[in-house]
Amino acid sequence: MSVDNIIDVKGLEKSFTVTRKAGRLRRRREVVNAVAGIDMYVERGAMIGYIGPNGAGKSTTIKMLTGILVPSAGVVRVDGLEPSRQRIELARRIGVVFGQRSQLWWDLPLRDSFDLLRHVFRVDAARHAANLARYSDGLDLGPLLDVPVRQLSLGQRMRGELTAALLHDPSILLLDEPTIGLDVVSKEAVRQFLVEINQQQGTTVLLTTHDLTDVERLCQRLLIIDHGRVIEDGTVADITARYGTERTLIVDLVEPGPPLDVAGATVSNVEGPRQWLRFRRDEVTASDLLRRVSQQAEVRDLTVEEPDIESIVREIYTR
Amino acid sequence: MRLYVEVARKTFARIATYRQATLAGVFTNTVFGFVLAYVLLAVYRERETVGGFDAIDAVTFTFVAQGLLMVVGIFGSADFPERITTGDVVVDLQRPYDQQAWWAAVSYGNAAYYAIFRGIPPFVAGAVVFDLRMPSFPSFAAFVVSAFLAVGACFAWTYLLQLSAFWLMDYRGPNQIGSFVAQFFAGVFIPIVFFPSWLETTARATPFPSMMQLPIEVWLGRHQDAALLGVFAQQVFWIGVLVVAGRYVMSRAVGRVVVQGG
Amino acid sequence: MVWRHLVGARIRADWQYRTSFFLFLLGQSLIACLDIAVIASIFTNVDSLGGWSGYEVALLFGLGGVSFGVADLLISQVETASRHIKAGTFDLFLLRPLSPLVHLSASEFALRRLGRVIQPFIVLVVALFKAPIDWRVETALLIPVAIAAGIVIFGAIWVITSSIVFWTVDSQEVASAFTYGGNMATQYPLDVLGVWMRRIATFVLPLAFVAYFPAARMLDHHEPLGLPNIVAWAAPAVAVIAALGARAVWGFAIRHYRSTGS
Repeated sequence: MSVDNIIDVKGLEKSFTVTRKAGRLRRRREVVNAVAGIDMYVERGAMIGYIGPNGAGKSTTIKMLTGILVPSAGVVRVDGLEPSRQRIELARRIGVVFGQRSQLWWDLPLRDSFDLLRHVFRVDAARHAANLARYSDGLDLGPLLDVPVRQLSLGQRMRGELTAALLHDPSILLLDEPTIGLDVVSKEAVRQFLVEINQQQGTTVLLTTHDLTDVERLCQRLLIIDHGRVIEDGTVADITARYGTERTLIVDLVEPGPPLDVAGATVSNVEGPRQWLRFRRDEVTASDLLRRVSQQAEVRDLTVEEPDIESIVREIYTR
Repeated sequence: MRLYVEVARKTFARIATYRQATLAGVFTNTVFGFVLAYVLLAVYRERETVGGFDAIDAVTFTFVAQGLLMVVGIFGSADFPERITTGDVVVDLQRPYDQQAWWAAVSYGNAAYYAIFRGIPPFVAGAVVFDLRMPSFPSFAAFVVSAFLAVGACFAWTYLLQLSAFWLMDYRGPNQIGSFVAQFFAGVFIPIVFFPSWLETTARATPFPSMMQLPIEVWLGRHQDAALLGVFAQQVFWIGVLVVAGRYVMSRAVGRVVVQGG
Repeated sequence: MVWRHLVGARIRADWQYRTSFFLFLLGQSLIACLDIAVIASIFTNVDSLGGWSGYEVALLFGLGGVSFGVADLLISQVETASRHIKAGTFDLFLLRPLSPLVHLSASEFALRRLGRVIQPFIVLVVALFKAPIDWRVETALLIPVAIAAGIVIFGAIWVITSSIVFWTVDSQEVASAFTYGGNMATQYPLDVLGVWMRRIATFVLPLAFVAYFPAARMLDHHEPLGLPNIVAWAAPAVAVIAALGARAVWGFAIRHYRSTGS
């Protein structure tokens, strides 16, 4: 365990006992290992992506890092504290943003939420005011401060949530799907902001997301979790180079026909005139593939699909 | 018609899955039944009869009432008003069925489930400790009819209350007031025969006894032959009045549908 | 205190829905009035209940009602834990540097519940004038002491019985049997309850200490439930024990939630 790491996790496990129905009257008890032994570390000031398919154990891990859940086994240290024993102390040092749930007070003006959080986190008035001014400028919240949260658009609200999470100068910022549902412009604003606070203030950022672009733009390092274990831990460049080689060419043929037989690609799906062709970037280029397809059938329209996290993880896992 | 039967059946199946909640509710009903029964028995230590009810009548009343509470649905429900406040009701209004009939079917689906699973247990618990009046077969049959009508009357009333959601964003205020007034005059807190005579007369002039007091009086065998038909007629009358009122208010409401929410 | 600020925020948020607020306030006052009407009705039929006269029972109603009303205002919010757990929003409370109980109490605060304190308070004042109270310095002191103890006892009952939702999330209604049922029981002299229920109300759920014993002491009733009436002064100690019990049970419930996630 290094003193420079803000998050240190060794042998983390979490299992749940679930009762399942076995027949009409009987119940069976099953043990589900949501997290089956995770070792991870995060350096102070890093910006890390933490991704994996649904049900992989991401939110369970995050809950154990924040003290919401108590681990079944293993050691967790966050900013030097043990989350399950020192929940309240840790809560003062963490900022959390949920893309799908609001932490703001719905019926009150945005400003009131910020003020309330000042009391909740016991921030002194001067520091709070300074932070508020800074983030408010950076995220352009000025005109929104007196608007009730329920009247804000999703993008505006997210900017409010980010500010709310940072007003008490947390050393770590945890983000769960922060850009979900946002339009492109808002997404950029959020990403830009995160880069700034990470670089200028040294706030450590742990980001959980399904959006590959978030990961590419923001994360220095990527932790991929599946079935309760960390299966990949490395820089984004490394991982994308190693695994993100598969793409899909979707062609709309003029006339529906049998699955195309093309060298370098496999047809993964056919729906009427539309066919999905999977191919590897390092084996054949998209334009080559298109040429081969056109020799067999007339193509009316096409799209190239990049791999998403699901497929990368799928690929990683099946290796 | 078949649609509404199907709705009732689906409702039954749906609440059947909430076993914990049913169990919790039965427990609460039973506890309330016991406390109320003991209080009434204390009254009967001083007197033989009150308003024609003897001690056994009163205690029986208490436990049948606790069982009937959820059957008639006197507390109302949040489902319909929530669809109004979220604006989902617009979808319902475009469908080719009658709104009021739909929700009536839902009420009857609930009633059927609760009659078995929340109606019987508290009564059985009461019967273990207290002397309860069991109805003769004809009285029981009459009770079933009367209870069936009570469900309708109570539904029509709560439907009316819930329509307030079209005008007020928070329907719970009028819902609560309306529900408590109904309970009071229906004999939920205390059989209305315990009221001073002016209050009892007032109560009987309202639709509320049709929802609880009257069916239980039928159970106790207090209305025979012509009087029994009179009770049914009274219940049907109030169902008619409340249903018509509900349809009228609904037509006004639809005229000013305001869609709320995102 | 953070609690104060959070409550203030809640009140300001609710104030935006003024009509709803006043309707609710009206509703709560109405409910309390109906409660009184029930007892008044009983006393139009008899002169005494379980050996207690009308104004003596009013004293019970007042003491119990005020305690219950204030507990309802300050602690009943714990009932919303079930809703939060089902919606997944309970975790948000654990992310703040506050006790989740304090946070729940503050963020779900409802000023409109004040309506439930006003009526019993009025009845209490009337009873203090009209009931045959043995007025001494001690009696005057007992009033605030009993009410304070009563608030804590009801609060403890609320917290302990609502903790069940951390194990069976749909069982919140069980708590109502003890909270609202308990309130009902304190409105009457516990003599009316069956012996087994009296024992529960004294030793398990110390409801007897909320109104019954204090009133018996104030009215100089001899041997209430077979105990010397000075037992009323044990109320503060009982309240402390109840509070410690509540702390323990709630803590246990939260630990369970944090190890199973639900």
